[in-house]
Amino acid sequence: MATQHSRSVARLMMAPAVVLLLGWMLVPLTMTLYFSFKKYLPLRGGDLGWVGFDNYIRFVSSSSFWPAVQATLVIVIGVLAITVILGILLAMLLDQPMWGQGVVRILVIAPFFVMPTVSALVWKNMFMDPVNGLLAHLWRFFGAEPVSWLSEASMTSIVMIVSWQWLPFATLILLTAIQSLDSEQLEAAEMDGAPPLKRFYHIILPHLSRAITIVILIQTIFLLSIFAEIFVTTGGAFGTRTLTYLIFQRVLESQNVGLGSAGGVYAIILANIVAVFLMRIVGKNLDA
Amino acid sequence: MGRIQLKSVTKSFGDVQVIPPLDLTIEDGEFTVFVGPSGCGKSTLLRLIAGLEDITSGSIDIDGADATNVPPAKRGLAMVFQSYALYPHMSVRKNIAFPLRMAKLDQAEIDKRVEGAAQVLNLTDYLDRRPGQLSGGQRQRVAIGRAIVREPAAFLFDEPLSNLDAALRVGMRLEISELHERLATTMIYVTHDQVEAMTMADKIVVLQAGVIEQVGSPLDLYRTPRNLFVAGFIGSPKMNFIEGEEAAKHGAHTIGIRPEHIAVSESDGTWSGVVGVSEHLGSDTFFHIHETGLAETITVRADGEVGFRHGDHIYLTPRADVLHRFDAQGLRIE
Ligand SMILES: Nc1ncnc2c1ncn2[C@@H]1O[C@H](COP(=O)(O)OP(=O)(O)O)[C@@H](O)[C@H]1O
Ligand SMILES: [Mg+2]
Repeated sequence: MATQHSRSVARLMMAPAVVLLLGWMLVPLTMTLYFSFKKYLPLRGGDLGWVGFDNYIRFVSSSSFWPAVQATLVIVIGVLAITVILGILLAMLLDQPMWGQGVVRILVIAPFFVMPTVSALVWKNMFMDPVNGLLAHLWRFFGAEPVSWLSEASMTSIVMIVSWQWLPFATLILLTAIQSLDSEQLEAAEMDGAPPLKRFYHIILPHLSRAITIVILIQTIFLLSIFAEIFVTTGGAFGTRTLTYLIFQRVLESQNVGLGSAGGVYAIILANIVAVFLMRIVGKNLDA
Repeated sequence: MGRIQLKSVTKSFGDVQVIPPLDLTIEDGEFTVFVGPSGCGKSTLLRLIAGLEDITSGSIDIDGADATNVPPAKRGLAMVFQSYALYPHMSVRKNIAFPLRMAKLDQAEIDKRVEGAAQVLNLTDYLDRRPGQLSGGQRQRVAIGRAIVREPAAFLFDEPLSNLDAALRVGMRLEISELHERLATTMIYVTHDQVEAMTMADKIVVLQAGVIEQVGSPLDLYRTPRNLFVAGFIGSPKMNFIEGEEAAKHGAHTIGIRPEHIAVSESDGTWSGVVGVSEHLGSDTFFHIHETGLAETITVRADGEVGFRHGDHIYLTPRADVLHRFDAQGLRIE
């Protein structure tokens, strides 16, 4: 099949997709790079010329930069920890034979199909509202003072919302991994004298390690750029301003395209560092 | 020590009773083989003894103590699984050491026992490999190694050789028999292959649909099968069964005669027939004889040098002293 002819036809047929994808990537990337070296204030004079690395220096030396990095890390690590741990527990639970298994599994996956904006709004208005929210009712039922979640425990709230969205994904991947575990291995470990916790630690967890790495990899890439959940809940207030949100504010609220673009370039570099790290881990895992 | 006693043990999965009430005693140091066709409940029985399945009723004694509700790890039994069930992410050394680590032995003792087992099983050069880097026979040996380091009261094997090729199977069969000679520990071995049962067992338990058809030494079963099922199952090639007029002559509903107990001749004999397919093994030749008027085919074993050809007309003479007689219920008539 792989004749000279079929290869050149294949290339020709792939060309539109490749060109489109390249354009899709390269045009915004180039524009971001271009603007990041300019002083560009659309409503205050427009293009004010080249400024070298000025934007880059200003972005990192701004007082909002480190708190934003910290907020990003808290969200990413918090959500990863919650989804992986609860995901493993849920996956093991769902792996048990039970009545109505099919329906329960679909229910577990359901949150994943809800758009981030919608789910954040539902959480904000139906659960976390300090007056009418379900959680407020629950608190009052037990005689406690309702918490104004999004202002008093803003970070916790956002981590909760985002975890709720990503838990199904983690559960699903981990469930398929658990199902591929040979039950004779667990029985062998049982006969070898390993109690349940040790069976989990010595047999199940190593078996899941690849799936866990994949969950972490994929989720990190998406979690670094969460935006809608913050936009519709706190609007970046109460210490929930992540890097992504900071960039958005620089461009749209401060109308400083150059500064925002420089932030964007930092974000690209950061994401790539994470990706390289994670690819290495996955690569090592896949070799073993 | 390792005397195992099953007392009216039954097992049901939901409404299906897989093991009807069953009594069996396995003596200390005995090599017992459970043999029977696929799906007859051999693995289930073994798993009941191991404690991996709960028995539905009855009781299991190990060394005189009731072990019915003792968890698997506390029964002092070691099991070798059909899939070997090695831990893929651990090296061979760690696999073999795993039960010892779980028993919290000190490291020096663990090392000593692992080295010892590796030596016995020719695994010394592979201790630092992962199971995925070993051949089938080596994996099998690791699984056995993991069992012997525990110094269990009894070994349980569930079709351990069925994933190996024919040559390796013969080799491992010998190794397991030798291991039994050396350790003199009780072994319970499950197989569907009657050749494995015959060659390895001190005692064979023939099962059909969860029921014990007969218990005895390999030669007992060969010489005096209790019923048609055992007669047909033990021995290769299979015993010939003849019904009707010829059986009536011997006062039986069915008579059985093994292929190796029929003499062949060109000129005279009790029965006559036409040679069909011949299977030459070199040492022996198996002839399938048709048109005898007794049964569809009669299988006969002859010396490797006997040169009948397809279509030859020959005569057969059964040895009267080893003719088996069965009644209408399929039970042996003495
Ligand atoms: N966990 C189970 N649930 C329901 N039926 C089972 C289970 N395990 C085995 N069986 C049934 O029990 C019978 C005996 O199985 P098994 O002991 O595996 O047979 P063998 O090992 O002799 O081939 C089979 O009919 C099988 O379908
Ligand atoms: Mg079986």
